[in-house]
Amino acid sequence: MIERQQPNRGRRVGRLTLIAVPLVFLGYFFVYPVAGILGISLFSDGGFSFSAFSEVASKASLRGAIWFTIWQAVASTLLTLVVAMPAAYVFARFSFPGKSFFRAAITVPFVLPTVVVGVAYLALLGPNGPLGVDLRQTIWAILIAHVFYNYAVVVRTVGGLWAHLDPRLEEAARMLGAGRWRTFREVSLPLLLPAIGAAASIVFLFTFTSFGVVLILGGFSYSTIEVEIWRQTTAFLNLPVAGALAVLQLVGISAILVAYSRYQERRAVEQQLRPVIEVARPPRGRRESGLVWGVLGFTGLFLGAPLAVLVGRSLRVGDGYGFDAYRSLGEASATLVPPVEAIGNSALFATAAMAIALIVGTMAAALIAYYRGAVSRWFDVLLMLPLGTSAVTIGFGFLVALDAPIDLRTAPILVPIAHALVAIPFVVRTEVPVMQSVRNRLREAGAVLGAPPMRVWREIDLPLIFRAMLVGAGFAFAISLGEFGATSFIARPDAPTLPIAIYRLLSRAGAANFGQAMALSTLLMGLTAASILAIERFRIGEMGEF
Amino acid sequence: MTHDSFAVSDEVLEAFEGQTGIRVKLLPAGDAGQMVNQAVLTKDNPLADVIFGVDNTFLSRALEAGVLEPYQSPLLAAVPDDLEYDPRVTPIDFGDVCINWDKAVLAEAALPPPEALLDLTDPVYRGMLVVENPATSSPGLAFLFSTIATFGESGDYTWIDYWEDLRDNDVLVTSGWEEAYYSYYTAASDGDRPIVVSYASSPPFEVIFATEPIDEPPSAVLTEGCFRQIEFAGILAGTTARPAAEQVIDFLLSQQFQDDIPLGMFVFPASTEATLPEAFVEHAILPENPLSLSTDEIEANRQRWIEEWTEVMTG
Repeated sequence: MIERQQPNRGRRVGRLTLIAVPLVFLGYFFVYPVAGILGISLFSDGGFSFSAFSEVASKASLRGAIWFTIWQAVASTLLTLVVAMPAAYVFARFSFPGKSFFRAAITVPFVLPTVVVGVAYLALLGPNGPLGVDLRQTIWAILIAHVFYNYAVVVRTVGGLWAHLDPRLEEAARMLGAGRWRTFREVSLPLLLPAIGAAASIVFLFTFTSFGVVLILGGFSYSTIEVEIWRQTTAFLNLPVAGALAVLQLVGISAILVAYSRYQERRAVEQQLRPVIEVARPPRGRRESGLVWGVLGFTGLFLGAPLAVLVGRSLRVGDGYGFDAYRSLGEASATLVPPVEAIGNSALFATAAMAIALIVGTMAAALIAYYRGAVSRWFDVLLMLPLGTSAVTIGFGFLVALDAPIDLRTAPILVPIAHALVAIPFVVRTEVPVMQSVRNRLREAGAVLGAPPMRVWREIDLPLIFRAMLVGAGFAFAISLGEFGATSFIARPDAPTLPIAIYRLLSRAGAANFGQAMALSTLLMGLTAASILAIERFRIGEMGEF
Repeated sequence: MTHDSFAVSDEVLEAFEGQTGIRVKLLPAGDAGQMVNQAVLTKDNPLADVIFGVDNTFLSRALEAGVLEPYQSPLLAAVPDDLEYDPRVTPIDFGDVCINWDKAVLAEAALPPPEALLDLTDPVYRGMLVVENPATSSPGLAFLFSTIATFGESGDYTWIDYWEDLRDNDVLVTSGWEEAYYSYYTAASDGDRPIVVSYASSPPFEVIFATEPIDEPPSAVLTEGCFRQIEFAGILAGTTARPAAEQVIDFLLSQQFQDDIPLGMFVFPASTEATLPEAFVEHAILPENPLSLSTDEIEANRQRWIEEWTEVMTG
């Protein structure tokens, strides 16, 4: 390697910057606050409180919550993979009218507040719903909602790689006499495993820390570790037990992430990826058309029915229908400010969160992609941790840790920072594969010709990863639009975000308040779909994607 | 520092800022329980000067932690004595958690409305009641306190016996008021439960926030067995702006703010000098004998009661 033989100062400085910025950001806004609250919770009277852990171990209800957290997360992850895989295949391998709209639309559930999805599912799964069976307050309601939320993660992550697999491999297998199923199992599946692992790890994290879905759809007989941390803190102010549970949650998630990164390293298969345009084609024959439209029909019904319930509710006026709820959004209401202002607040916070996530996330991605080894691996795990940490832990952590040197606890900038913590893993996961695929020879050639490293990066890498950055940006924007847990700790009451305004309206009686909440939810869906759609336009022909 | 449900008209707040030159910055703190926890955790370096919205179910926690400084507002003279709990806090408003029922559904089934909490164990109301989990919901906790205050912990028929009977009468438990009201309660959703634990102020909400003008609320309130929640304000210990903090407390008890309370937060103003708006006078219900428990009793027993309740309901 040319660079190794001629170590140059610019390169070392560049590497240090790449390490320093994300490390300082995560250190100050994640590790330090979480360590602060755990310290207060677990070190009392000068010693470490082992008794909190024995209390967790001795209480049947807490042991039950831990066991339930694990098994429902495993079940939800497997179910999501199975249910969403056909759609991943169809989106990867076929072109059909309205494809980019469909792709944007499936991301909408991802950002909807759980209290809103709860309204839709409690209607759909009730005795008067289309299924005709009462699934409310059962494990099925929880599992179905988890699949609903995470469908897009599997379609986009697995479909993303599938869209680049060389179809000639499968064609060859078919020609040699293998059936469709055998071809999938022995040719496509092994090549797809890295993407399946990536999707599964994210779905697992999301469902492992499930909160609103479990509370609202599961009723009071189901509880996860996340729910227990919140209950122990809010209802009992039992910080030692909440702290012990938070430690168990962090340890469990770290173990999964380390196992996942080891697995990824062993599984990584070198393969020649093909451009999307060569892989996707219109369906041929009745069988393929049936498959494509059948899968799309199922996706439309499964994801669309709850969304349609919400839109329908937003238009209900007395016994008839109308746009009254939308028209009233500009007036001062039961909330502190006219609900329509929440749209502006959300857009502003989401833009700031996107910018922070993009800057920090891209630097972290560059570090992971260009400097392989143990440090990068641990860094990757650290980046993912905020996704799996309870919002209560982070929220209280901010309160106890961020009061000096500058008191950030009540600063509005804390809202996009908290959102960026959750969005950074998505930016990193989107960009790393593309960065790794930029061929080393191109970069080395640039260096040989005497260009400084920053210039090489700017002129060779940046154009190639630009589209991946946009996809990551879209996810960051959407995540910020939908975040509720940490926001409820830090958003000012006179500057609510959309989810906060929706919650506030739903916490008051009166049909007009309910109608406004549904109207805001519908606008949130529209805003999400529109921003994702805008980003889709930039991602034609790009190799890596979330 | 205030809870999520805080509301004040812009004009009222601006008038205060104009008169005194004090700029009021509202800080969020989640629900009432979360807010007290935040105040306790930031005791050494308080986030704010004044805290508003600590209720009688969480008051002891704040008092025990020593996060509040005593202050006697001169305006307390207009506040009834039974709302005053402790010199460190000033009562600002109060509201009642009560059983609501859907008038149309009960009339259609030719059922008499319930007249006391005990009636809800009657098989004629089987499968009709939805309540909130006291471990995750503030009205749910208030309703649990109602049953404890009504039936007691000892004797022939305790609150535990009552909840066993409710359970056998197919009561439904949700995690929050939002699901109970907007997904199960017949008067506000397509649900199938015509009796719900809600607030005495829910019927006026139904009238004022109707989508089409209505004269009569669809719900009625059971005025027996209501639990009174009183909201207090206090000065946070360690404040660097004590005189301004006192002025803010006085402002919260002032006629201007007290008049603004009913239509903003849908609770009753603490001051007897406040004037109530017409819609409120007409539809809001003020139970005559609301229940309450001492704040010390609540703080000492909350966890045990919730755990015993959970055992009964899952047993």
